[in-house]
Amino acid sequence: MLKMKGVSKVYRTDMVQTSALRDFDLVVDEGEFVAVTGPSGSGKTTFLNIAGLLEGFDAGTYELDGADVSRLGDDARSRIRNEKIGFIFQGFNLIADLNVFDNVDVPLRYRGFDAAERAKRIHESLELVGLASRVKHLPSQLSGGQQQRVAIARALAGSPRFLLADEPTGNLDSVMARQVMELLEEINGRGTTIIMVTHDPELARRAHRNVHMLDGQVTDFTEFEAAVRVREVRAVAAGA
Amino acid sequence: MFVYHLRLALLSLRRTPAVSLLMVVAVGLGIGVSMTMLSVYALMAGDPIPAKSGMLHAVQLDSWSPDRPFDEPNEPPLQLTWRDATALAERSPAGLRRTAMVGTGFVAEVPGADDVRPEIVSARAATADFFEMFEVPFLHGTGWGAAGDADAAPAIVLSRELNEKLFGGEDSVGREVRVGTDLLRVVGVIDEWQPTPRFYDLNTGAFADTDDAFVPLALLDRHQLEWGINGSVNCWQAPPAEGIFPSECTFAQFWVELPDARAVEDYRAFLDAYVLEQKKLGRFPRPLNNRLSDVRAWLDANEVVRDDNSVLLGLSFMFLIVCLLNTVGLLLAKFLGRSGDVGVRRALGASRARVFQQHLTEVGLLGVFGGVLGLGIAWIGLVAVRRLYVDYERVAHLNAELVAVAIVLAVAAGLLAGLYPAWRICRIQPAAYLKTQ
Repeated sequence: MLKMKGVSKVYRTDMVQTSALRDFDLVVDEGEFVAVTGPSGSGKTTFLNIAGLLEGFDAGTYELDGADVSRLGDDARSRIRNEKIGFIFQGFNLIADLNVFDNVDVPLRYRGFDAAERAKRIHESLELVGLASRVKHLPSQLSGGQQQRVAIARALAGSPRFLLADEPTGNLDSVMARQVMELLEEINGRGTTIIMVTHDPELARRAHRNVHMLDGQVTDFTEFEAAVRVREVRAVAAGA
Repeated sequence: MFVYHLRLALLSLRRTPAVSLLMVVAVGLGIGVSMTMLSVYALMAGDPIPAKSGMLHAVQLDSWSPDRPFDEPNEPPLQLTWRDATALAERSPAGLRRTAMVGTGFVAEVPGADDVRPEIVSARAATADFFEMFEVPFLHGTGWGAAGDADAAPAIVLSRELNEKLFGGEDSVGREVRVGTDLLRVVGVIDEWQPTPRFYDLNTGAFADTDDAFVPLALLDRHQLEWGINGSVNCWQAPPAEGIFPSECTFAQFWVELPDARAVEDYRAFLDAYVLEQKKLGRFPRPLNNRLSDVRAWLDANEVVRDDNSVLLGLSFMFLIVCLLNTVGLLLAKFLGRSGDVGVRRALGASRARVFQQHLTEVGLLGVFGGVLGLGIAWIGLVAVRRLYVDYERVAHLNAELVAVAIVLAVAAGLLAGLYPAWRICRIQPAAYLKTQ
């Protein structure tokens, strides 16, 4: 379970202070598939970074899997990221020099698994995303959809409890996006909790629950959904 | 994890070949230049006889002119007169190893062996303790012993090289060598022996070859005119008609082995007594000014390692530092250019320490490559030194120890240069690079 209460995050420069999250509350239960939506600058990515222990925060508390992770040191945060959290990014973030096998291998290396265990997990996760035959390919030799599937395999290889996805289909065409979404649904069906940041209301609707953010806080998703639908209806009408 | 980091390091070097090559060249140049100087310096400043350098003492007696010192401000001559050297050899307290010696030379041939060419021999006339005092290794036989000194035994000890030339390398002990009209019996053949610097006689060059042959000092006494002196002769007054052997000219060396501080003090008193006695005979017009120098002090007194060698060594290490500073800049640019990958690794669970280790492994590898290149440059540098300075021919060489030092120094230098860039890259905030990849 993920539980944030009263979390605030302020970015400061010499001249400006920007509140990215303000008194942010959220509870995500085990096995949920939550979509986080909101306009640009609403704090979605900041929330995801804090949830993934990639950034600290200024106030509030954060419990992950029953443990308070608000004030952990760098090593402990790295360990939790490695063992409990999988990341999927909009830009895939594969390491260009490494082939598919070695990219999926990265988190497993830091986990300390032996070679046989790593190989088993890599093959299983690539099998799941349908790329078991591409282990020797470099990222540059794969399509965008395939690269994102490799990134998903990498995120899954360590059997994380949580999968954090930041616009996972943002760089993909609609066919690829649908395939990736189906894959995420399948992964969620196996029990992995997924939190997905997206701009796409269509994708958001496929999640169990939607959380809409505005100005660093959670707002009522139904208002957002209604506004989106109005836009869609207008667009259809204009097209007709 | 080290092997994994090594693999990543190789991949990284391959990804940016030009920058990697630049860094290897920078480290290699710095290591090459500093190793060239260090090689020369280390052999020059090395202890030629480590086990005994504190016990062996060169003797100086101030028999010089009453009007001026041998050297400013009040230095006694570096060598002794024949008279003093032979007197000290005879009269030094019993039980102390001592040797008086003079460089000489002659032509040696093997009687009856027409196919063996006569050889011009650079020889050393010495008293018998020479071999034990200086730990001379024997291939065959031994020295001539104290009896040989007393009887002026017609004995000769050959170097391995001369034995090769005269006897084809076989055990020649008992064979005869003709020197002029004398037949000298071979009593020993020494193995390879090249103390560097050649501390026992620095007059013909600190890095000169050891002698081709050794004969009893008393034999030189008999053959003063035929064999002559191979070395430097210093006189403060014209020698008498009988020649320089009975003169106040200095051309002999004298060494004594003193096992402890007490023995040094006792021997100093013995020398003072000897000089005071000679003063009564009208010699030694200058105030008492005897010196006893162990090997290190003797090398210093003779300025075997000159100040300019030390300055050059310092400059070469400053050059290494400049090369390393350049490498720091290149590494910083290279590592920070890879922030995106590091951000991904951090997100996937790499701790700062792991990222730091990964990058230090890469600079360590660069150091190894730089070290290998540096050794090549040092080798070329030493060839150049040998060609430019004949005196340095013996010292301008790389040995196994220096090769190891070069590699260790290169890796250490690389790691030092990589500390800051590796620290910077491990401190990046991963979140800042994940969205922008």
